[in-house]
Amino acid sequence: MRIAITSGKGGTGKTTVSTCLFHVFTRYLKYDVQLLDCDSEEPDCHVFIKSKKTSVCPVNISIPYIDPGKCIFCGKCKNVCAFNAIVMLPAINFIEADQDMCHGCGACSYICPEQAITEKNKTIGKLSFYDYYGNGDFIEGRINVGSVLQTPVIKDTIKHAREEGIVLLDSPPGTSCPVIATVSKADYVIMVTEPTPFGLHDLRLMADTVKELGKDNGILINKSGFNYKPLYEYIDQNKITLLGEIPFKKEYAMAYSKGEILTAYDSKLNDLFAGIIKTVLNEKTV
Amino acid sequence: MKKPFEIVVLSGKGGTGKTSITAAFASITENAVITDCDVDASDLHLILSPEIYKCENFASGAEALIDIDKCTGCGLCMKFCRFDAVEFRNNFYYIDKYACEGCGLCAEVCPAGAVDIIKCENNRIFFSDCRFGPMIYGEVGIAEENSGKLVSQIRKYAKETAIKTGAQYILTDGPPGIGCPVISSVTGSDMVIAVTEPTQSGWHDLQRLTEMTGRFKTPLFVIINKYDLNEDMTNTIEKHLKEKGIKVAGKIPYDETVIYAMLEGKTINEFQPHGRLSQEINRIWKTVNKYP
Repeated sequence: MRIAITSGKGGTGKTTVSTCLFHVFTRYLKYDVQLLDCDSEEPDCHVFIKSKKTSVCPVNISIPYIDPGKCIFCGKCKNVCAFNAIVMLPAINFIEADQDMCHGCGACSYICPEQAITEKNKTIGKLSFYDYYGNGDFIEGRINVGSVLQTPVIKDTIKHAREEGIVLLDSPPGTSCPVIATVSKADYVIMVTEPTPFGLHDLRLMADTVKELGKDNGILINKSGFNYKPLYEYIDQNKITLLGEIPFKKEYAMAYSKGEILTAYDSKLNDLFAGIIKTVLNEKTV
Repeated sequence: MKKPFEIVVLSGKGGTGKTSITAAFASITENAVITDCDVDASDLHLILSPEIYKCENFASGAEALIDIDKCTGCGLCMKFCRFDAVEFRNNFYYIDKYACEGCGLCAEVCPAGAVDIIKCENNRIFFSDCRFGPMIYGEVGIAEENSGKLVSQIRKYAKETAIKTGAQYILTDGPPGIGCPVISSVTGSDMVIAVTEPTQSGWHDLQRLTEMTGRFKTPLFVIINKYDLNEDMTNTIEKHLKEKGIKVAGKIPYDETVIYAMLEGKTINEFQPHGRLSQEINRIWKTVNKYP
């Protein structure tokens, strides 16, 4: 079973929740759990999961190279490219695929009537494999700085998800393509929010997205204690499961700043997370 | 006519306080066009409560659709698709619209002409006025893609508006991360202000952000928000930034006033004009303004 941990708004506590679930599932409930950090732009689970990398592999896409000697400047590649990546200046015999714009779809090399296009690998990111509680139980997808192709990195990360047991997916923030690439591969979605107007606004967007994708879901309120009524009204009106609330404490923020897993810092939270896990597993098996 | 000076507020990590600080800047400057380019989760309007006078749909992507009446079941689309976006179920081929990148290769290879490429027009751009000036912001459609193109379009409109109204600044609330929408926000801007927090994650994410902005040679200032949450970490960040030649424009203490201001729909500077946060934000604004 794959559980995605998401939030519309950044900084609500996705990584905190992911690492706590990983910790409680494995240590206290003795499940076989794998954690995949899919927030490829800013992967932060490794800050908390302090462990040595066992291996690294690159994430590649195929980028076209156009031979100006063979090219007849017919413009078919430029026309077919949905990403405006082909720069063609026939007057000076110049044609090139812009590496940063190219998504590596292969349409240009397919359409070229002169076989002037060959493809080469370009590395856009990497996957890092770690052993924390067990073999290969933590994998991080990390995009290279400057690359805009988050989706292939996330897809590659999720390809390494185990078939059996629990797989936790720490999602990127927001609601657009990188989030869809993560959430669409999940069986259950935990939406983390905070009791503020910003938190609620972005939670609505997230809940609409998850609904559109047709995924089972529940809400987890982080930094709770501040009685922001509109959030609770929203949860009631939309009949979304409230999985639990992590109280706001400045000492938690301080423990977070030092890179401590919250449930390891304060074992009183174990029951809270065990309860959340129970609810999630029950909802899925009913 | 003088070109408007475009300031983009970023953070790498989400939740460090970008939007609250951008809103505070908006209430200080009197001559800015304000934009929210965090199109996945645009929150600035919750504080600035602008009045929208125009809304425009924006097509930023496309997706394939297979006409099952025309499909002969040859499977070439599935064979060629590099995004695993074609599925075979109950003897028919389908496009997984969430995996489809809209490249159109399937439509090219289909011998039966059964694939249509449909533009997605679910993104919206809002033109509005708020109490601090014109505001342009966007919203990605549900489960939509390509927010980078939407960001570019918002910035284009902001520039046009700034030139028309003679605004001195364009003030942009940027997206978190370092990917496509962030790169779209920074390209061609005049200054980046990165808001970070003294946490290991905040620092890790800031380093990736500075590496990214470094490629654009855009001047960069850092604000350390909630600096007293972990002063050792703050010192570490300051030390490393100094080594890299990156200026810290200021440090803002941890203070729940930010949330109370947000609840009232006010900027920090409106909520407590003489409070310690407002004073520091005023000072930071002066510091970054010495630059142009």
